[in-house]
Amino acid sequence: MPALNTIPITDYLIFCSILFCIGVIGVLIKRNALVILMSIELMINSINLLLAAFSAYMYDPAGQIFVFFIMVVAAAEVAIGLAIVVLIYRTTHSIDINVLNKLKW
Amino acid sequence: MDLVVILIPLLPLLGFVILGLGYRIIPKRITSIIGPGTILISFIFSLIIFFNFHHFTISPVHHFFSWINIAGFSVSFDFLIDPLSILMMLIVTGVGSIIHFYSISYMKGDEGYNRFFSYMNLFIFFMLLLVMGANYLILFIGWEGVGLCSYLLIGFWFKNQEFNDAAKKAFIMNRIGDLGFLLGMFLIFTTFNSLNYSEVFNQAKNLPVENSTLIAITLLLLIGACGKSAQIPLYTWLPDAMAGPTPVSALIHAATMVTAGVYMVARSNILYALAPATMAIMGIIGLLTALFAAIIAIFQNDIKKILAYSTISQLGYMFTGLSVGAFTGAIFHLTTHSFFKALLFLAAGSVIHALGGTQDIRNMGGLKKSLPKTYWSFLIGTLTIAGIPPLAGFFSKDEILAKAFESGNAIWFFLFIGTLMTAFYMLRLLFLTFNGEFRGTIDQKNHLHESPWVMILPLILLGLLSVFGGVINLPELVGGNTGLEKFLSPVFAASNAIMENKQPVTHATGWILMGITLLGVLVMGNLAFVRYIIRQKGLLPDDAKKPFLELLVSKKFYIDDLYDILFVKPVLWLSAFFHRILEVRLIDGIVNGFGDLVIRTGNTIRYLQTGNTGFYLFMMILGIILILLLNVAI
Repeated sequence: MPALNTIPITDYLIFCSILFCIGVIGVLIKRNALVILMSIELMINSINLLLAAFSAYMYDPAGQIFVFFIMVVAAAEVAIGLAIVVLIYRTTHSIDINVLNKLKW
Repeated sequence: MDLVVILIPLLPLLGFVILGLGYRIIPKRITSIIGPGTILISFIFSLIIFFNFHHFTISPVHHFFSWINIAGFSVSFDFLIDPLSILMMLIVTGVGSIIHFYSISYMKGDEGYNRFFSYMNLFIFFMLLLVMGANYLILFIGWEGVGLCSYLLIGFWFKNQEFNDAAKKAFIMNRIGDLGFLLGMFLIFTTFNSLNYSEVFNQAKNLPVENSTLIAITLLLLIGACGKSAQIPLYTWLPDAMAGPTPVSALIHAATMVTAGVYMVARSNILYALAPATMAIMGIIGLLTALFAAIIAIFQNDIKKILAYSTISQLGYMFTGLSVGAFTGAIFHLTTHSFFKALLFLAAGSVIHALGGTQDIRNMGGLKKSLPKTYWSFLIGTLTIAGIPPLAGFFSKDEILAKAFESGNAIWFFLFIGTLMTAFYMLRLLFLTFNGEFRGTIDQKNHLHESPWVMILPLILLGLLSVFGGVINLPELVGGNTGLEKFLSPVFAASNAIMENKQPVTHATGWILMGITLLGVLVMGNLAFVRYIIRQKGLLPDDAKKPFLELLVSKKFYIDDLYDILFVKPVLWLSAFFHRILEVRLIDGIVNGFGDLVIRTGNTIRYLQTGNTGFYLFMMILGIILILLLNVAI
């Protein structure tokens, strides 16, 4: 693993944290449902990257197998999420999440 | 041998179980066989024991199983077969089967026929436990059990609220007595470390006279006896208990249950003999009750209530007898009383039956012609209780009177006054019911009929017992052999040795006392005859103007009203108070408070559900961050 020898694990940690925070901020500040889904995807991928990095660091392939699992689950999740967004668009003609405020107290 | 002993109480229990479980499906014909039949077989077994009595009393305690066995406390389920319990078993099952037989006809038309017989069988079972138990705990089971049956049977016609109240009154007043009994039992256990009669009495014999613990024990037991046997101050339930069917009054509230207190004191005779202070108190209570109840009985108008007060008065005699050491006399009087009072009640039942439910003697009169057999049995009962020789009541009462004379002329004098009043009110009852003109409605007059033979036969049997019952203990004075005294002597031997230091009455004095009593009774009979037959007094309605004393007596000295003000009203007031403060404010406040809290909180924080997805996401992430921070902090 030559790459790991050159890039220390702390860099991976910092990079993934930044990536994750971007995802969180995207979820919080964006009103477009598609962008929110993409931000969630970003968070998931930052975790995946961290898992892969630690897996290589610890010489333990279990982490990388986990990554594949997460990818499969994330794909399924996105498929459902997009289906919901399509339905939302059909009923409200918008994908702004602030329009969806009928279900309250 | 043990089998015979255990079968005696088990048969009535079996009868209860069968009739109780199958009371909807068992036809009346079968009930009429099972109900009285089980008691009759028990009676036959009791007779077997009586005739083979030496066989059974070689070892009087019959052990069945070890019941309670905890560190230092062991009670076994034993029966004690000694002369006293044999006598009580004979009375309970004998008089019991006669009254059961009578009930077949008396209760014929009642819808609760099976229920009635199942309760009656249960009563006999508990009463047998009470008299056969070999320790205080088994006696106590029976003691409570008969109280329960008494409650069930007083309130037998439970659709009438007044009857229910009477049942509750009896139950609650008995409970006061039972508390005393229970405390007495605790004290017995802490003192003697056992509840077995044999052990307790053996240890007690070694205690000095006037031992304070012994006095406390006997006083507490006496409170129990006062409750069960309707003595002052716990007597007011018995007249009300007449709400039950008449056979119940005859069996439970005259012949057997109310004598349980007398039996218990007689059973614990050694404890009482060693506690003269308790004996004195018991004497005062007995004497007061005997006189007080007799006075009240003079101006009552309900045929059954007069008999109830008469029962209280006679029980007072028994307690007075016990207190002067006439243990045999008291038990003898208990025996004869169970005969003649059952007879009187059953005859009264026959009268009530003929009149279709009327109990007020002012609406009776002249029944001699239409109910001749009932009249004769009632006459025999009256003469017996009045103490006319040679009927049974004369001998038993005379024995108590003679013993009372030995221990003090004053006691004898008061008992003598009581005897006079007994004669007076009983003859008043007899005259107003059976002599003169009929005062009921025309309708009743046309329906007057003598009761069927199923009801008359018990009257004849009890009449014969009342007439000849005295022979079981004829005094030496008239050449008798005091059979009962000899029979019971093993039970009372130790106590008699302690109490026997008085001068026994000489034969001459004995004859004079008998003569005075007889003369007084005859004078009283004459007075009653003049007042109620010739001058036709005593027929005033309840609200008529009466002389102050008569009013006072006919209102039972306002004792019931006094108890009402002193105890019932304050308790009701206190309950209402607690209901208002504790129940409504505190308990309901807490319970409803929780509900209110949830509603209020919900109302306030439901605005968090804004419906805004962005806000939810923000809150979710805030939550995650908080959880993470908390994890770090901890």
